[in-house]
Amino acid sequence: MTADGTLETTPAALEVHDVHKWYGAHRVLDGIDLTVRPGEVTVVIGPSGSGKSTLLRVINHLEKPEAGHVSVGGELIGVRRGSGGRLRELSERALLAQRSRIGFVFQNFNLFPHLTVLDNVAAAPVATGRLARPEARERARELLTRVGLGDRTDAYPRQLSGGQQQRVAIARALALRPGIILFDEPTSALDPELVGEVLSVIKDLATSGTTLVIVTHEIAFAREVADRIVFIDGGRIVEQGPPREVLDTPRHARTRDFLAKVL
Amino acid sequence: MSEPPGAAVSLAEAPLADTPSKPPAAQRVQPLRRPGRWIATAAVLVVVAQILHGLATNPFYQWDRFRYWFLRPAVLDGLLVTLEVAALSAVLGLLGGVLLALARQSGSPVLSAVSWTYTWLFRSVPLIVVLIFLYNFSALYKTLSLGIPFGPAFVTFDESKLATDMTVAVVGLSLNEAAYAAEVVRGGVLSVDQGQHEAAAALGLPRGYQFTRIVLPQALRSITPNYVNQLIGLVKSTSLVFYVSLLDLFGSVQTMGSTYPGDIVPLLLVATVWYLILTSAVSVVQFYVERYFARGATRTLPPTPLQKARAGLAALRARAGREAAV
Repeated sequence: MTADGTLETTPAALEVHDVHKWYGAHRVLDGIDLTVRPGEVTVVIGPSGSGKSTLLRVINHLEKPEAGHVSVGGELIGVRRGSGGRLRELSERALLAQRSRIGFVFQNFNLFPHLTVLDNVAAAPVATGRLARPEARERARELLTRVGLGDRTDAYPRQLSGGQQQRVAIARALALRPGIILFDEPTSALDPELVGEVLSVIKDLATSGTTLVIVTHEIAFAREVADRIVFIDGGRIVEQGPPREVLDTPRHARTRDFLAKVL
Repeated sequence: MSEPPGAAVSLAEAPLADTPSKPPAAQRVQPLRRPGRWIATAAVLVVVAQILHGLATNPFYQWDRFRYWFLRPAVLDGLLVTLEVAALSAVLGLLGGVLLALARQSGSPVLSAVSWTYTWLFRSVPLIVVLIFLYNFSALYKTLSLGIPFGPAFVTFDESKLATDMTVAVVGLSLNEAAYAAEVVRGGVLSVDQGQHEAAAALGLPRGYQFTRIVLPQALRSITPNYVNQLIGLVKSTSLVFYVSLLDLFGSVQTMGSTYPGDIVPLLLVATVWYLILTSAVSVVQFYVERYFARGATRTLPPTPLQKARAGLAALRARAGREAAV
């Protein structure tokens, strides 16, 4: 956990600046500003359709924002500053290199079904030229053991339960040693009895000092791991602060309404 | 880190697996009698027997002449040409199809439109027309040259030397095949879940790797049966190369037939049986290719015919054992 009075000398782990996103005529994000310090665990909550998932997808540039920009570790994502300060689109190769430094865990796991669990985790470090194959497999084995799946390395994803698949997906994201990991509703597709095993893996990451941004509906979990809770509604950040403030004494009526529904 | 639940195996269940699979006779259900099915089966068997009897005994088929021709060098040479044309066109057609499918999916409207137009054109024009057109191509363009577009040429080929009958046949079939293969490949790529593209992009996998290692292997699962269908059509289409004076299997049979008019029927049977063999070979390959690409898509792989036969034998033996015991 980070102390509240961190000095501003190190660049923010994540900085979202005035991001707007439209799907056709529908406004999804309406001027989001967000700063996340290194090691901080930020949990984003809000009603469905409020733009939570879109925000995460804009951060690693799976969606291009119509206005505003995102930087991770002080580096602009998907764009660069050209001469005269104008933003220019980054080459695909450079963007892919940036994405490999941002972990992303999907709601539906999106594991590669034709690869074994071990290859799912080992593929990216090899493909991006970070590690040679033997080292990548060795590291994949370590990570799978860390998420409690050291004995299922040769299985194919469809032979695993949802909870196990999501843990593999987390190991796959960790294999690239990302500076920040984004979780998009990591437990929403799971049977209730499998939620705990995934949350405990995320909790483990949170306490180890990894910077995390988690979109979730698990309010109890949010209270436990979050350094900060961000409540989004209608594409805007309505309020943010430590869990005790936002969850127990929300200032805004919309936050109170939402919490009354989900708690 | 918590251990996954359900790792411990209940010991109480273990002995069950060892008990012999012999249900008590009283519990076995008497199967329903189905007289209609028996009558239909008998009727079909009679018809099949009639056809087989006719094939075997009708002197018109001249099976002795069939035996004489089946492995003649002239026929085997033709078979070789058929195989060569089919194999080359299958590979070139698939490559062209992949390129066309990629172009169709690309962000460039020009590439996409060119790909669409190509597919439209070659799916519309009969193969025989394409082949004969190419056969007369050297009349339209005397030379082919490699150089700067609309500028000076570096290398010049004499068309009449370049365009052998084999080249014309392979090029014609490949052009036609590519148009169909493009649609097959495109359909396969579309069948891959959008989440797979996103996961590959989110991991920052290089573009080429995303296509060749993540998307294509999954697409091949639906591409294979469709492309094999296409391939079987291609094997049969090779018979058209006879019209650009290439002596394939059909061509050599046809030529022999005009020299030995009395042997036309056995010669056609020779061609028929060889085409059957080729198609069957393709189907066997298809089974194993599909099984290979099913890895991970199904929890257990379908059994191979050998495994099925073994399992069937084992079941028969078990049943015989049971009945002997009763």
